[in-house]
Amino acid sequence: MRKYFVDKNGRYGSFGGQYIPELLMRPMQELEAAFKDILKDKKFQKNFNFILKTYAGRPTPLTEVKRFVQAIGGKARVFLKREDLLHTGAHKINNALGQCLLARETGKKRIVAETGAGQHGVATATACAYLGLDCVVYMGSIDMKRQAPNVLKMKLLGAKVVGVYTGSKTLKDAINEAFRDYAENYESTHYCLGSALGPHPYPEMVRFFQSMIGEETKKQSLKLFEKNPDAIIACVGGGSNAIGIFSPFIEAKKVRLIGVEAGGRSDKIGEHAARFHGGNPGVLHGCHSYLLQDENGQVAPTHSVSAGLDYPSVGPLHAKLFEQGRAVYSSVKDEEAVEALKLLSSTEGIIPALESSHAVAYLMKEIKNFKKNDCIVVNLSGRGDKDLPQLFENNLLNGGGKE
Amino acid sequence: MNRIGKIFKQGPAFVGYITAGHRGLDYSIEAALALIEGGVNILEVGVPFSDPIADGPVIQNASNHSLRIGINIFDVLELIKKIRCRTETPIVLFSYFNPILQVDKKGIYRLAKECGVDGILVVDLPLEESELHIKKCKDNSIAPIFIIAPSTKTERIKLIDNSGRGFLYYACRSGTTGMRHFLPSGFARKMKNIKKETHLPVVAGFGISTKEDAEEVIKHADGFVVGSFFVNAIENGAAPEELKELAKKIDPRLQTID
Ligand SMILES: Cc1ncc(COP(=O)(O)O)c(C=O)c1O
Repeated sequence: MRKYFVDKNGRYGSFGGQYIPELLMRPMQELEAAFKDILKDKKFQKNFNFILKTYAGRPTPLTEVKRFVQAIGGKARVFLKREDLLHTGAHKINNALGQCLLARETGKKRIVAETGAGQHGVATATACAYLGLDCVVYMGSIDMKRQAPNVLKMKLLGAKVVGVYTGSKTLKDAINEAFRDYAENYESTHYCLGSALGPHPYPEMVRFFQSMIGEETKKQSLKLFEKNPDAIIACVGGGSNAIGIFSPFIEAKKVRLIGVEAGGRSDKIGEHAARFHGGNPGVLHGCHSYLLQDENGQVAPTHSVSAGLDYPSVGPLHAKLFEQGRAVYSSVKDEEAVEALKLLSSTEGIIPALESSHAVAYLMKEIKNFKKNDCIVVNLSGRGDKDLPQLFENNLLNGGGKE
Repeated sequence: MNRIGKIFKQGPAFVGYITAGHRGLDYSIEAALALIEGGVNILEVGVPFSDPIADGPVIQNASNHSLRIGINIFDVLELIKKIRCRTETPIVLFSYFNPILQVDKKGIYRLAKECGVDGILVVDLPLEESELHIKKCKDNSIAPIFIIAPSTKTERIKLIDNSGRGFLYYACRSGTTGMRHFLPSGFARKMKNIKKETHLPVVAGFGISTKEDAEEVIKHADGFVVGSFFVNAIENGAAPEELKELAKKIDPRLQTID
C-alpha cells in the first residue's frame, strides 16, 4: 500500500506546505526527519501497535446497525466503525499516542496541544500520563464551557489546561496559542497537533497515525461482506478521522468517500464551518487549504454545535481530494446532527459524539440514494458523553430519537 | 540608489514598527511621522491579521483593534501613500501571508510600489514558500525582506541572504513578539556568526525596550528594531509628541549631553 501521500515539498497538489515563521522551520524539519525515521523503524511500530492493542483497545469492531437503518427507512447495510469504543472515547487517542511516543523518542519531555471538543486534549493528557510526559493543553474558553466534562478529565489526568480568551475563543484560537507556546519552547517541547492540518509534516504524520482506522475497516469489510465498502462516510473537522478511514481506500476508486462538514445554523458566513461550501483557498496555521475568510484574507468566525468541527480551515489532503472529485464533501445542520445523536442512541444503544453525529445525520438524509446491496461504513469517531451536559442545558434532548 | 540602501550607508539603522490603524488611521500617520522625527529611519507598517501566531499580546491587541475598525490591506497602502507624501524614509510592509494572497489578483505588489512601499516582509512565508513572492517583489522593484531566527542554521542563513534584498532581520529570540528586559545570552556570538555569512545589512530586534539593549545590538548589527515598545505606548494613549520622545530616549545613536 501507498506510504506517502505528500510530495517532497510537503504538498498535496497545490495544498499543504509550510507557511510558518522562520523560527519554526528547523523544528519542523527535525520533526519531519524524526517522522521519516519511525516510518522505517520496525521496533517503534511494533511498540506503537502493542500499545494500541493493549492500552487503547484496538482493533475496534465494525457494528451493523439494522434497527437504525429500519428507522430511517433504508435498504442498504450500514456498519459503524466503532472508534467510540477506544480508550478516552474517540479516534484522537491513536494520533496522541503516536505523536507522544515520537516525542519521547526525540527526547522531548513536554507536550503542548490544542483542543476543541476536548477529545484531543483528553487523549494527549492520557498519552502523557501513560508515557510520563508533562502536558499543557490550550482550549478556547467557549469550548471549556460546552465541553466541561473533558476539562475535568484533563485536569485529573495531570494536564495543565490553559483557557484561551482571544479571537473567537474556540479551536482556531487554541491552535494560535499552542503555536505561540511552541515557538517559545520548541527545544524542550513537542507540539502534538490534533488533526490532519497545520504545516508539513503534521497533515501526513497525523494521517499516518490514524490510517489504521481505514486498514482495519478494509480487512473487516472483506470478512463481513466480502468486498470493499461501497461508501465511507466521516465527519470532517480538521479532517483526521476522515483521512484515517479514507486513505487506504483512495486508490480503490469504486469506494465513494464522503466527508461531512458542520453546516451550523445557516449558510451565512459566520454561522457554519463548511469550508468546501463557503470557503476558498487560503493560508491558516501553516497550511494552504480551503478556508472560511473574508475578501481581505481575514479568517471568518465559524459556528457549530460541535466544538470539534468548529474550525475555519481543513486538512490539505481533503482539499486535494475535493478538487480532484475523489471525495465529496457535504454538510449537515446543527439540529440534524442532534436528531441523529438521539436516533442512534434510541435505536442502537450507541450515543455518538456530536461530531460523529454529523456523519450519521448525512446518512439519514441520503439513505434513499443507496441501493439494497450497498454496504456503507460510517466512521463513528467518538462517543457522546462529553456532549450530554451541553445538550441537556440547552434543552436539546427532549423527545428522544423516536417521535 | 534605493531608499533602503541609502540608510545603511549612513550608519546603524533604527527600525520602528507600528500596526496600521491601531487607534485609527489618522493617528497612525501622526505616529509614523513622530517616530521618524524621533530618529526612526526605517518604518515598518503592520497589516492587521485575525490570527497573528508570531505575535505576543501587545501586537495581537493592536491588530484586533485595527480589525475592529475595519482596516484592510488597501487601507494600509493608502495610509502608506499619505506617509510617503511627507517623508522619504524607507517603508516596509509587514504582513502575514493570507491578507496578501487573497488580494494578489488585484495587483497588490504594483499598488504597494505605487504607494511608496520599499520592502515587504511576510512573517509566515519562509524561503521555501517564497518563490512567487520574491518574483513579484522584484518585478515591482520591492525588496523582499527575510527573517533569520536563532534556530536558523548557517547553511540556511546563506540561502536566505542570497534570496533577500534590502536587509535581513534577525529576530533574536524564540517565542513571540513582546517587550523583554534583556537580550538573550549568546547574542553577540550569534550575531557575529550571522554577519560572517551574509552580505546584506542585518538589523536585530524582538523585544528591545531599553536603550542599553539597543546599544548592545548596534555594536554587532547594522541596526536595531523596536516594535512592541512603541505599540504598547500607542495602546496606552501616547500622543505623537510623546512617541517622538520615546524614540529619542531609546535611540543609542544619539550623543546625549545631560
Ligand atoms: C469525536 C470527534 N470526532 C471528530 C472530530 C473532528 O476532528 P477530525 O476532523 O480531525 O477527526 C473531533 C474533534 O475534536 C472529535 O472529538
